[in-house]
Amino acid sequence: MSNKIEIHKLDLHYGKFQALKAVDMPIRERSITALIGPSGCGKSTLLRCLNRMNDLIAGVKVKGRVLLDGQDIYAPGVEVPELRKRVGMVFQRPNPFPLSVYDNVAYGLRVAGLRTRARTAEIVEKSLKGAWLWENLKDRLDSPALELPLDQQQRLCIARLLAVEPEVILMDEPCSALDPIATMKVEELMMELKKDYTIVIVTHNMQQAARVSEYSGYMLLGDMVEFGLTANIFTNPADPRTQDYITGRYG
Amino acid sequence: MKLLGERGVQRLLAGIAFSAISALLLIALFIIKEGLPFIIGYGPAKFLLASDWNPQLGRFGIWPMIVASVWVTLGAMLVGAPLGVACAAYLTEFVPRRVMGVVKPTIELLAGIPSVVYGFIGVMVLAPLIRSSLGGPGLSVLAGAAILGVMILPTIISISIDSIQAVPNSYREGSLALGATRWQTTYMVTIPAAKSGIIASIILGMGRAIGETMAVIMVAGNAVKIPGSPLDSVRTLTANIALEMGYATGRHREALFATGVVLLVIIMILNSLAGMAIRKRAAKR
Ligand SMILES: Nc1ncnc2c1ncn2[C@@H]1O[C@H](COP(=O)(O)OP(=O)(O)OP(=O)(O)O)[C@@H](O)[C@H]1O
Ligand SMILES: [Mg+2]
Repeated sequence: MSNKIEIHKLDLHYGKFQALKAVDMPIRERSITALIGPSGCGKSTLLRCLNRMNDLIAGVKVKGRVLLDGQDIYAPGVEVPELRKRVGMVFQRPNPFPLSVYDNVAYGLRVAGLRTRARTAEIVEKSLKGAWLWENLKDRLDSPALELPLDQQQRLCIARLLAVEPEVILMDEPCSALDPIATMKVEELMMELKKDYTIVIVTHNMQQAARVSEYSGYMLLGDMVEFGLTANIFTNPADPRTQDYITGRYG
Repeated sequence: MKLLGERGVQRLLAGIAFSAISALLLIALFIIKEGLPFIIGYGPAKFLLASDWNPQLGRFGIWPMIVASVWVTLGAMLVGAPLGVACAAYLTEFVPRRVMGVVKPTIELLAGIPSVVYGFIGVMVLAPLIRSSLGGPGLSVLAGAAILGVMILPTIISISIDSIQAVPNSYREGSLALGATRWQTTYMVTIPAAKSGIIASIILGMGRAIGETMAVIMVAGNAVKIPGSPLDSVRTLTANIALEMGYATGRHREALFATGVVLLVIIMILNSLAGMAIRKRAAKR
């Protein structure tokens, strides 16, 4: 398997505060990579570097390289909206738009300029099926998305993403607002999605990382302390700091 | 404070608030008392829908003035609403917060410019411009609509800014993360999410436009006739009252009060529409 993304010597400053310190990490294609570490260590920051969401925050400075299929996404001349169509994101709190279910999923298509009704309907159906929502929602496509239960809202956000056919899906603690059963459903969905997509997930939940991911990166205070196969990291970590965290002596 | 004590201050404030409200109520009641009997006596249909206003002959049809008010107000909305909403969206979404901190108070200051000044600019600049470039007398529906459109901008902009700022950031992030540009995000997500507040701002602006008097008297020409084109002179309901109240007596005077009742009703309807839009927004959160 090849690397979909390669992060090289990535530094990030919020003003004077350095949140990422020379982070190196590969992200394998069609696999799930987990970012773990204690609160405030820079997991979300690193994740948001991968689709340049950090550009929205004033005073952020990024140094280093992030290669997507070998192309530096921070190179001058990169079209950020185009990048974000390839590298989509699911947020911690489900954030469907205050629109109908259908319009939420069709949103990305409208943004991309797809105008034909039939094609849109086709993709909406396919995307909802992809997020395991079609059976639940096919009769309620016109109902407001904000009235759905939280886990359906989160899966709707995933469906909304699938509609634009990204290559990479970034998930920042996608289950932290969900109950255990809903969490399981989303995890199963992730296992299904990784057949077609490259997934990076931030999680606070060790079990979750162990259950779903093939690779894990352990971060501490902006450093990537250890990166490798999840199985190795959890059973036989190379770094004592990772060991402390895994065994629960930290965080 | 010592002199009155906490209790005393509270009573004083309550008294002031109460007297302010009762003053408003009294004014409304006074207008209704003076105007309503006339409407009933003259016949509401004849009063509202007849087209001849001729106090000397005892003819009091205000239809031309109603049409004029509607035209001028709609024209003002055509100018003010898109401009105001676009301006508010631009300021909230594309301008750094620091700049916004200076610009918004400035815009609110514009609301304090006396309407006679707007009227003055209309007479000196706009009306001659219309006369020379488009024809007609210059003092016209178009001039009135343009001036009013600008006058209501502060209302529309500042309320729209408030409602656009209240849109949760997660909507914007969700849209941008799907590859939308900032501009697409603004018109496809942010503005629709702020819809009810924006509608309220437009309705309140409309109330201001209908009620505005001085500036319209100066720029709309004041001819009592149903306008055939935007370049014709018109007299609005407010202008009619202001122009004739000084010398009106008897039935004529009552007819003017009755015109006031019509205005009062229109503005009350608009304000409750705005209130409904705002409450709908509050309920959604
Ligand atoms: N917009 C910002 N401005 C300044 N500092 C920030 C900003 N966002 C995050 N930080 C800081 O950067 C560091 C890393 O934050 P980040 O959100 O990436 O951590 P995290 O690992 O995702 O934490 P959590 O597990 O709590 O979500 C923290 O110390 C945080 O205070
Ligand atoms: Mg985080």
